[in-house]
Amino acid sequence: MTHVSVTVNGVPREADVEPRTLLVYFLRENLGLTGTNVGCDTSSCGACTVHLDGESVKSCTILAVQADGREVTTIEGMASDGRLHPLQEAFHRNHGLQCGYCTPGMIMAASSYLEEHPTPTEAQVRESLEGNLCRCTGYHNIVKSVLDAASQMSGAGA
Amino acid sequence: MAVTEKYVGQPVLRKEDPELLTGQARYTDNLVAPGMVWMSVVRSPYAHARIKRIDTSSAGAMPGVLGVYTAADLEGEWGGPLPFVWPITEDIKVPVHWPLTKDKARFQGDGVAVIVAETRGQAADAAEAVEVEWEPLDAVLELEEAAHDDVVIHEDLGTNVVVHWSHGGGGDQSIFDTADVVVKERYLGPRVIPNAIEPRACLVQPVPAMGEFTLFSTTQIPHIARVTLGGTCNIAESKLRVVAPDVGGGFGSKLNVYAEEALALVLARRLQRPVKWVETRSENFLATIHGRGVIHDVEVAATSEGKILGFRVKELADMGAYYQLLTPGIPELGGWVYMGPYDVQAYWYEFTGIVTNATPTDAYRGAGRPEATYVLERAVDAVARKLGMDPAEVRRISLAPKFTEAKTSVMGLNIDSGNYPETFEKALALAGYDALRAEQRERRDRGDVRQLGIGLSSYIEMCGLAPSNILGALRYAAGGWDACTVQCLPDGKVVLKIGTSPHGQGHVTTWAQIAADTLGVSPDDIEVFHGDTSVAPLGMDTYGSRSVSVGATALHFALEKIKEKARVLAAHELEASEEDLEFEGGTFRVKGAPESARTITDLAASAWHAHDIPAGFEPNLEATAVWDPPNFTWPAGTHICVVEVDTETGDTDVLRYVAVDDCGTVINPMIVDGQVHGGVAQGIAEALYEEALYDEHGNLMTSSLTQYLVPAASEMPSFELDRTVTPSTTNPLGVKGIGEAGTIASPPAVVNAVLDAIGHLGVSSIDKPVTPERVWRAIQEAKGGAA
Repeated sequence: MTHVSVTVNGVPREADVEPRTLLVYFLRENLGLTGTNVGCDTSSCGACTVHLDGESVKSCTILAVQADGREVTTIEGMASDGRLHPLQEAFHRNHGLQCGYCTPGMIMAASSYLEEHPTPTEAQVRESLEGNLCRCTGYHNIVKSVLDAASQMSGAGA
Repeated sequence: MAVTEKYVGQPVLRKEDPELLTGQARYTDNLVAPGMVWMSVVRSPYAHARIKRIDTSSAGAMPGVLGVYTAADLEGEWGGPLPFVWPITEDIKVPVHWPLTKDKARFQGDGVAVIVAETRGQAADAAEAVEVEWEPLDAVLELEEAAHDDVVIHEDLGTNVVVHWSHGGGGDQSIFDTADVVVKERYLGPRVIPNAIEPRACLVQPVPAMGEFTLFSTTQIPHIARVTLGGTCNIAESKLRVVAPDVGGGFGSKLNVYAEEALALVLARRLQRPVKWVETRSENFLATIHGRGVIHDVEVAATSEGKILGFRVKELADMGAYYQLLTPGIPELGGWVYMGPYDVQAYWYEFTGIVTNATPTDAYRGAGRPEATYVLERAVDAVARKLGMDPAEVRRISLAPKFTEAKTSVMGLNIDSGNYPETFEKALALAGYDALRAEQRERRDRGDVRQLGIGLSSYIEMCGLAPSNILGALRYAAGGWDACTVQCLPDGKVVLKIGTSPHGQGHVTTWAQIAADTLGVSPDDIEVFHGDTSVAPLGMDTYGSRSVSVGATALHFALEKIKEKARVLAAHELEASEEDLEFEGGTFRVKGAPESARTITDLAASAWHAHDIPAGFEPNLEATAVWDPPNFTWPAGTHICVVEVDTETGDTDVLRYVAVDDCGTVINPMIVDGQVHGGVAQGIAEALYEEALYDEHGNLMTSSLTQYLVPAASEMPSFELDRTVTPSTTNPLGVKGIGEAGTIASPPAVVNAVLDAIGHLGVSSIDKPVTPERVWRAIQEAKGGAA
């Protein structure tokens, strides 16, 4: 077993894990943070996307031990002060989710992208989400949600 | 305070969203139980191989392993094989399908042993350590080859040709001899893999002393799973509770009862501990059903003016190695729509089901109707090509005229209502069809490398499964009713318990809108409970676009009962006769004295405390209705796809996608549009990207998301949607269903568009999926070059 200490959603967390434990299973099974979903075993679907030191990563592609001493944000950490993140609000407002299974990963990927590209075009949003698969929405309302959130976030910052 | 706002027809934001947006969803893989252990399945690496010996000793000795079980070890556990509930003909041959195979593997992924261990990792490790000595056998994958029976997959059946079903035909078959034009084509509909983003999972919690079990499962069909798994596992239905918690997409792949659910149940019984199993995506490719897998030969008859007169269709359908829940019923389900929305005089459909050494097929979004629509719409375009006509013109003169009362089709069943010409013309107008043709001509004239193609698809679908008497006549094992209980609580809140079981379709919001309008409350005051056989014990679940037309209609009738019961109490309290009461927006008022009023909320409280109720009035304001529809519902529409094909590379870009659908009355337009978006995307994927490919030995070559292309946002266009509303005459809400329309309509729209783009280069046919390589080869072959 290996000891891992990670700051998750601002809270220091630690656990002893098997060295082979993937970050996503550390989050889900050691810490009980089941908002991050597992959709595949080839790092293709993006359902498990989280932020590691502010950058979006697929949490099935890295080991928990690689996150030792670093900061992780999951979907559970996106709302603050009882208020949903603008992306969460936009997904609700625009029917950007159906079964919801890809949604945490979509929101984490999109929020990381919008940090760096606050006013993207539709085509850029589509390209930015190519690592995240959704089978329900045809992406139409996901793209609409991300563009809506971008406009809310840049508007709020103005 | 009564709410008078109307919610039906409004884009009410979803009540389901908050937990899904914040990581609080209750998917099956998120559930844990005290003392829970993990199950893992050992699967065959061969598509066809005899088991000579299984050595479980080293696996059994590994850390944390509680047991390793083969078919022989579980022999006494079963009440019967895995469920198959649709023996569509009297002489159908039914392959025996056990949760673990006893003698040989019949597809890559067939389960041969199962491990239970303390942790997920230990179970997976031990599965690797089970040693199986195999005698590989020749595998058969191609339908026509399998039909020769050189290799017989189920020796006891003596043949791979397991079922033949014929519709029997309708109308005047001589038309195929006398028509001006008869076009014959062959179309291939390769296997596709559903790929709900949530893999399958289950957790069984036993109460050993009581002989009780709760099965949490990623299922679309908790009620059907309960009755059928009870039979397979020797558990009285009354001792088995099945719960579908939040389910992450289904598309038909979770409209099934799988070996792993049965194995988890019997192992929880044997070990007296909760057992959990979670599928990996790689397992999902092998062990969850595939869709399609068909070959169609079609003859379409038409006049020289381009009026379509009839379709005659013979299909070969790949059953896979075994039947799953419904397997041979899927082509049959399509067998009722091979007239499309056209006013045809002749109808013929028959299919032959063949087993192969591949994953079983079963319902995939649309289930038989996408296969049918693909054939019809390709064939209609083939007629247009033969006659040198615009494919829009062939459709325009061939569509059945508007009808608002149910009428019998040449196929033999009654169609509830339809206005296909209006939907069609609206789609053409929205697409700007004439302008698109003009642009296409310009590009052709200047020999543009990037050619424009416009593809049409007009469809009809049969939804609302189903009138129980028709299901009986079709030899389906169950009925097609559904049920809803409405409880008006004394605090003014309302609980709906319904037998349909959603997995992303927004039922909670939609049902709440319907109830809110009748009861005069807000959707926020309504809780919808579903997907739990203990909470909503009566139900037939969610598939075949049935939930609104059957489930919500049961809700409608339960609300009617609530109204009538409340009226009795209102009359009592208002000291008026029932006939003198008017009901509007959840409030009873005395005619001519509107200040004398009682709301449903008032009446729920007085019915609950029951201090002063009329003689014979049962306390509480609660009602249950069960609805067995008298007919199916028949949504329809026209879709138009606009593509740009690079004639040098063969690459296809979908530039625009226009969908005009008619699903009858719309309860929530936002949700309805969302269903169309997702369905169209799946159909575009089927047309352009997705195909399950096996090698000659039966190895699935597209066995992960790295080899099987589920499209991402970057591959999809925005969608342009509109609708017409032709209310169904099957139910009082006028609803028809929308879950599958997009997947039914879109594959031929896309393929027709590609052919339209390159038809002038001499290409007249191409198979799904229309990959750049296929397009490029087709163009080279048409040019007479080496391809």
